[in-house]
Amino acid sequence: MRDIMYEVRFHGRGGQGAVTAANILAVAAFREGNYSQSFPFFGVERRGAPVRAFTRIDEKPINIRMYVYNPDAVVVLDPSLLDVVNVTEGLKEDGIIIINTSKKPDEFDFDYRIATVDATAIALSHRLGSSAAPIVNTSILGAYSKAVGNVSIDSVKQAIMERAPAKKEENAAAAFEAYEKTVLGWEK
Amino acid sequence: MLRGNESVAYAFKLARIDVFPMFPITPSTLVPERISKFIADGELDAEFIPLESEHSAISAAIGASLKGARVGTATASQGLALMHEILFIASGMRLPIVMGIGNRALSAPINIWCDHQDTMAERDAGWLQFYAESNQEGLDLILMAFKISEDKRVLLPSMVGLDAFVLTHTMEPVDVPEQEEIDEFIGKKKPEYLTLDANNPATFGAFGSPSHYMEFKYAQYLAMKNASVVIDEVFSEFTSKFGRKYSKINEEMMDDADIVFITLGSCTGTAREFIKMKRKEGKKIGLLKITVFRPFPKEEIRKALKGKKVVAVIDRNISFGFGGAVYGEVAAAMNGMDESPKIVDFIVGLGGRDITFNTFEEVLSIAEKAMNEEVDEINWIDVDKEAVEKEEII
Repeated sequence: MRDIMYEVRFHGRGGQGAVTAANILAVAAFREGNYSQSFPFFGVERRGAPVRAFTRIDEKPINIRMYVYNPDAVVVLDPSLLDVVNVTEGLKEDGIIIINTSKKPDEFDFDYRIATVDATAIALSHRLGSSAAPIVNTSILGAYSKAVGNVSIDSVKQAIMERAPAKKEENAAAAFEAYEKTVLGWEK
Repeated sequence: MLRGNESVAYAFKLARIDVFPMFPITPSTLVPERISKFIADGELDAEFIPLESEHSAISAAIGASLKGARVGTATASQGLALMHEILFIASGMRLPIVMGIGNRALSAPINIWCDHQDTMAERDAGWLQFYAESNQEGLDLILMAFKISEDKRVLLPSMVGLDAFVLTHTMEPVDVPEQEEIDEFIGKKKPEYLTLDANNPATFGAFGSPSHYMEFKYAQYLAMKNASVVIDEVFSEFTSKFGRKYSKINEEMMDDADIVFITLGSCTGTAREFIKMKRKEGKKIGLLKITVFRPFPKEEIRKALKGKKVVAVIDRNISFGFGGAVYGEVAAAMNGMDESPKIVDFIVGLGGRDITFNTFEEVLSIAEKAMNEEVDEINWIDVDKEAVEKEEII
């Protein structure tokens, strides 16, 4: 719970589950007594193409229905997007960027707080998707919970059990493992 | 937590529809998906009829409704346009079908995103029209639409618009009433009209020669007038049962307002937050949301706008050669009124262009200018006019 609205932007590729991640985060926040709203960047879905999705969290009912232009956090599901999409566009000065990568935060050059997790490896170890198309959306939500902290990992796991279309247990376990393995660049 | 399309599907389930004829179209496809799942899971006892076009879907809806069934369906944009000729038959035959619309732009160019052109183009089809601001309103309005449409003083079909993507694909908290509460509120359908019944043969869809046609149309005209009364009754019953307030127009921050924004649908919330911000700067702006567009709430709007200085109509549609459809209706409603406010039209958000605080900043600056001087009657906002004018102008 916080007194002002918190806005999140997800960057993924079609098929990775960015929209589902935004929805599950909204459900998790709602479970904790918040109001929340999630929506995709309204477009024609194509597998592999860059996609965006959004979540808003507030303790008051959410009225606004425009896109998120100045997110508090951005979540990058696919590190290859860093080369083709300006993922920090509009990110607030004190914003957080959460990246699915095998690298560490200090290997990136962003003027923001950076959190990293190897969500791909975690997803594959839980048999979520294939090596060509790993399903990383639930793992990255574990990282979100660790890095941002406004939604507990328990709520994330419960929201996954409620909303994941398949392999609920594996997805929840992956989220928890990612939560534990997330590296926060601002904690030395 | 439901997406707008799921709100519509849950409302149909709670209303215990008997028949759901359908043809899928973006952005409302999730409605038939959910309905088919409800039926497959044994949660809804209804006939799901997939057809080869929207024209056939609405035709099947008419057949089922004539048999006395409670019928729901969903469509959008080109799908609604393909239904066009049949919409008049549904209303002319006085069948209380309820349809959910994912309000979407019309081609060309091809566009799947939000505006109100599809339903505004069916304004004169004889259907009641409701516009939802949120997924909660989408669910509630579908439920109320059945009760209103099936009232024997009305017997007209209803369409409930939810903005494409902005509502249909957005997930947010929705309070879903208990089945028993809705059973008590709407009740089982008892068709208050002649139905297809071999034991009581009757002719339907008969010829209406010049000697009779106008009387049928006058009856529809009166039914729409009745609908205005029935809507008030049903809205107030709903409010007392479920606690959520509905009225044909919703007035906020109006008492001391000089400038009034008129909105329909999902941009209302963004407008509300914008106005609250501006009020902190001392600007006297009010908000008037139109929930019921047919029958058009003329009297309510006249009363609400009396004494206001400038009215900014936010139109998410365009009637070429005139201006926005809502603007035309509001201006007509003010006909003959002493000291009518200055009414200014704003064309915004066509084909899914995002309606933001910047949009409303521009609206406000023109509305403020209109307090003291002449401004354009029709104002296109967030448009690269120069790029077009370079190519298009004489």
